[in-house]
Amino acid sequence: MPVMPVSRTRSLCAVLGLLVTLSACGPAALPPASAINDPDEAQNRAAHEFNRGLDRALVRPTASALGSAIPEPVLVGVGRMSSNLNQPGYVVNNVLQFRFGQAIHNTARFVINTTIGIGGIFDPASAMGLEERDTDFGETLHLWGAPEGPYMELPVLGPSTSRDTVGRVVDFALNPLRGLDTRPRNVTRGIDVAAGFGNRHRFGGTIDSVLYESEDSYAQARSIYLQNRRFELRGDADPGFIDPYEDPYGELFFDPYAE
Amino acid sequence: MESCSLTPMQNNATLPSGLTRRRFAALTAGAGLAALVMPRPAMALNTAEARGLIDRVVAELLQIINSGQSEAAMIREFERFFARHADVPIIAQSVLGPPARSASRAQMRAFTEAFQGYMARKYGRRFREFIGGRIEVVDGRQVNQYFEIISTVRIRNERPFELRWLVSDRSGQDRFFNLVIEGVNLLITERSEIGGMLDRRGGDIDALISHLRTVG
Repeated sequence: MPVMPVSRTRSLCAVLGLLVTLSACGPAALPPASAINDPDEAQNRAAHEFNRGLDRALVRPTASALGSAIPEPVLVGVGRMSSNLNQPGYVVNNVLQFRFGQAIHNTARFVINTTIGIGGIFDPASAMGLEERDTDFGETLHLWGAPEGPYMELPVLGPSTSRDTVGRVVDFALNPLRGLDTRPRNVTRGIDVAAGFGNRHRFGGTIDSVLYESEDSYAQARSIYLQNRRFELRGDADPGFIDPYEDPYGELFFDPYAE
Repeated sequence: MESCSLTPMQNNATLPSGLTRRRFAALTAGAGLAALVMPRPAMALNTAEARGLIDRVVAELLQIINSGQSEAAMIREFERFFARHADVPIIAQSVLGPPARSASRAQMRAFTEAFQGYMARKYGRRFREFIGGRIEVVDGRQVNQYFEIISTVRIRNERPFELRWLVSDRSGQDRFFNLVIEGVNLLITERSEIGGMLDRRGGDIDALISHLRTVG
């Protein structure tokens, strides 16, 4: 068994110590669903315009052509394979989150779908009660106490926050599949890209309604992303939710039903 | 009048067991007290009733979705559905936000009507994507002054997702006043969209109303 060099062991201990300290602080507070923190709005809007142009010129037509050429079961299978390839990354994050039950769940799911599910084309694990429970390093950071940070729209990748952007970079670096040889890695990347187009096709109506039917698609995408992301991290509804009967104008002083 | 939310009789937990709020409200109404103290028997609805309402609402929604009608016919049905089961006036007012206070009654009526059509077109199209799917009411609970009824939408080949219905009887009828799909809530999302539309029209509510009739 190879022995780790002392300096590496020491830095690993330092990292682990930091993790324990951070996790002792508990998860960061989540802003209410309607809160917007967007100091770089001008820059984000420019990225949004770029993304919309890219979608209109390339992503949407390609997705639509692929979607009509490829039978739906194939698209679904490719989507599942791509999602299965994310499972090892979920397990790594589950461990970093000290959610060992989830780590076991996601490991079992990966093993079952990769073997019985033929490389993840099928999803027998869900039928066995091992449904998809995705996570990412952005969530890990949240659980360690890192605040959400400002909203960001990234070129090509779309809506994010500063915390989720760091998360994406780390997830990319942490993904155990990065250890694969060039050829299988290219295959997995191809599956991911194909799945991306497949999703653009399958959820086309919803995406179109935000990008092209809203008068301010930037603000809509921002609001929807932040609400959904906070919901994922909270795992439940926002307790500090607007009650329009108590607060009909967003100002706490008028009851619409009182005379 | 200020909201009654701070009066103890609005909180079920403070009532002696066996004396439900509904019964209490009926008693005080009989004594002619409620008319003086409380304009309405507040929170007569309970979780089971709110859940029953959403069971019926979901059944009706699925019937429209799976009726095989054209999109236009379905959207007309969705508009009737919203008019029947959603508290459209309170949704419209909340979505418009502070400008609703300075709007005239006629403007609010016109806005509410235009918003109802907009909501039916926009959300009707999204509901149409549930064709062949199932919606199951799985849970319900009281949150402060309203009820949150949780349903799961299952569409073939897709991950199930959550649709929450927020229900209140404070309009005088049992209605839903918000929909929350995987954390994305209609009031917040439309407040951003409609608020932006109004800003771009220099705060002109009439211009907003005519625009709203053409979109969604």
